[in-house]
Amino acid sequence: MCLAVPARVVECLEGVRALIDLEGVRMEISLELLDDVRPGDYVIVHVGYAIGKLDEDEALATLQAMAAMAQADAREGAQP
Amino acid sequence: MSPVKPGYTRPLDLRHGRIDMSHGSGGRSMVQLIEQIFLSAFDNPALAARDDHAVLTTPPELALGGQLVMATDSHVVSPLFFPGGDIGCLSVHGTVNDVAMAGARPLWLSAGFILEEGFPLADLQRIVTSMARAAADAGVPIVTGDTKVVQAGKGDGVFINTTGVGVTRPGVHLSGSLARPGDAILVSGTMGDHGVAVMSVREGLSFGTTLLSDTQSLHTLVAAMLDAVPGIHVLRDPTRGGLGATLNEIASQSGVGMRLSESAIPVRGEVRAACELLGLDPLYVANEGKLLAICPADQADALLAAMRAHPQGRDAARIGSVVDDPNRFVQMTTALGGQRMVDWLSGEQLPRIC
Amino acid sequence: MKYVDEFRNADLARGLARAITQAVAPGHRYNLMEFCGGHTHAIARHGLRALLPPEIELIHGPGCPVCVLPIGRIDQAIALARDHGVLLCTYADLMRVPASNASSLMKARSQGADVRMVYSAIDALKLAQQHPDREVVFLAIGFETTTPPTASVLRQARALGLRNFSVLCNHVLTPPAMRGILGPAPGNETSAHLHGFIGPAHVSTVIGSEPYRFCADDYHRPVVITGFEPLDVMQAVLMLVRQLNEGRAEIENQFTRSVTPLGNQKAQALMAEVFELRDSFEWRGLGSLPHSALKLRPEYASFDAEQRFAAPYRAVADAKACECGAILRGEKRPQDCRVFGTVCTPDNPIGSCMVSSEGACAAHYTYGRFMTDMPTIAEKPGATA
Repeated sequence: MCLAVPARVVECLEGVRALIDLEGVRMEISLELLDDVRPGDYVIVHVGYAIGKLDEDEALATLQAMAAMAQADAREGAQP
Repeated sequence: MSPVKPGYTRPLDLRHGRIDMSHGSGGRSMVQLIEQIFLSAFDNPALAARDDHAVLTTPPELALGGQLVMATDSHVVSPLFFPGGDIGCLSVHGTVNDVAMAGARPLWLSAGFILEEGFPLADLQRIVTSMARAAADAGVPIVTGDTKVVQAGKGDGVFINTTGVGVTRPGVHLSGSLARPGDAILVSGTMGDHGVAVMSVREGLSFGTTLLSDTQSLHTLVAAMLDAVPGIHVLRDPTRGGLGATLNEIASQSGVGMRLSESAIPVRGEVRAACELLGLDPLYVANEGKLLAICPADQADALLAAMRAHPQGRDAARIGSVVDDPNRFVQMTTALGGQRMVDWLSGEQLPRIC
Repeated sequence: MKYVDEFRNADLARGLARAITQAVAPGHRYNLMEFCGGHTHAIARHGLRALLPPEIELIHGPGCPVCVLPIGRIDQAIALARDHGVLLCTYADLMRVPASNASSLMKARSQGADVRMVYSAIDALKLAQQHPDREVVFLAIGFETTTPPTASVLRQARALGLRNFSVLCNHVLTPPAMRGILGPAPGNETSAHLHGFIGPAHVSTVIGSEPYRFCADDYHRPVVITGFEPLDVMQAVLMLVRQLNEGRAEIENQFTRSVTPLGNQKAQALMAEVFELRDSFEWRGLGSLPHSALKLRPEYASFDAEQRFAAPYRAVADAKACECGAILRGEKRPQDCRVFGTVCTPDNPIGSCMVSSEGACAAHYTYGRFMTDMPTIAEKPGATA
């Protein structure tokens, strides 16, 4: 389930809230479910709450793995 | 000797006054409302005659084979004021566009108001001023109108009906039933702007955006398009239900299918983002200042050039083609390279959490 | 890095499609249940089906809280609004779900019940503060992604000492539902057709990857926890195909940019502070499952709408022709249901699989019913690029 989107934290606000930005659309959300969130972080937003933080290094690693998978089998051309 | 100035009537209290039942009763109060708010804003010879009707002049196109076109729209938008517009200018542009989509030059508008008891006169004036400006910008006068008042609770502030009359140019015949396999499908600009702008000020969805409604009158764009390609088959403005609903309507009317390319459909980043946040599909979000055109494939380039040369068509794009399909499906190649249907909507698209 | 477009790259999609096509053993079936409704939606919206070879069958599982909510629970909510005059707040997803007597929350509203759509539980709390003279009830649904926000709001309500706010709690849990699908360990005929799971993205962000271990240990089924973008799904399909080819059954995490083994412990602690396990809860299509849903703890009794109002839950059977149950368990496909597309359509839904945009039937009807006869466009080994 869960419609959730990754959005950038623009500003941390009073009362454990933050202003997030998604391509120019801004919204206030609650940071109650996370610790240590800073402006510039990317969080996953679901029903007005940040439920998790996104790790950039892991994201890059995932993309690299995808690229490798996409290349490798094309070259080898064989299935296990 | 009475100290009262002869002929003095206390003007409407436009700052604090509200509509009450007397404004619809046909008496002095109603006349005053009409004079001070409507007539002063819409000022033109037809209205100045103060009849309950307008006598219209015969447009020259009729003698040359053009035909009269009439369209009507009722406006119940909520909220009444939104970024980039309000119910007033929306009601002008909406009906002008309906007439324009027939390939017709819009000539005259009528405006009927149903006002709710208690509605602030300041808001009414704001709306009427906006309507007047929209009509003046479009060059289409509001020549006749009507006002009624309903009891508090029986209206949503104000409902407006506008009816428009226009005349086609000789030889031009447009209809939703004329799309043919092989035709090109074009849109005049970015999709979903109006719906997202309105939603951003709806209760309970407080998101900030610089997005404005795209509400505007498109008849000069239509004229430029018909100058370049008189053989256009279909013109329609994708209002409620957005592009998705409109394409399905046309597919059904014409008995054809359609194939679209998602990456070719222009959508602003902010619209995309707002839709992601709310779980909406931009294809089904309303537009109020855009049109879609279906024309023979060999004229698509010329039509696209004509659209892009016009200020209202700078972001025009070709988004797909009409195909032979007994199922009348509208299908789309996704930006990812997959395939999906763009089906009819059932009911209004609602935000979702799942 | 914005975490969206990068994971929707068409070139990578093509490459992954090729890799999957080359990895599958021709003629073999790979039945993969994507448990989470968010995945159902992503697959449908991006048209992923067309990029996968026919050996892959994607089965939509019961990870859609709208689809698994029994009719009786909607009746309960409608009763609160209509008969007890509460201001009922709900996520928009539930508005059109058919309830008993041809009713729905939307129809109840049109008949005068005060039903309001909210985007967040916080909105419901605000309404309670703005209307101290009204009873405000929040209809809470959702798996572990949506539960912490409800917990947060309840904690706030208690701290504020609100006297007019309560929650009708229908929060459900993912691992017990997966167990319910798989049946008694180590598995039986009804679930033998399920080879592996595409694990939920956001639920796992909250609960972590550890809770799925039983799938591998008790049932020997691989699970790949998968992100919500289309490339994530494709990578996960490839990972599952490889596991199945190699006879492995492991819990793999594809969504490493968000999911850790232990998950979001702050959110879990908050849930534990406010909620406790129900002994049993009825799931539409899956029957009663033990320890599969949550209720408010005794300390929060005054915020529990079920205790506050006399509106008891009454179980209601599904319509006879409705196959939502079998579809939710992955035993049947939407097109196998007699009433699919004829009597039961998005305009006139009979079962919840058709109402929620993530329900298997709605997704298939809206996005994919043209695909029944359509060949996939994934490349076959030996085909030129």
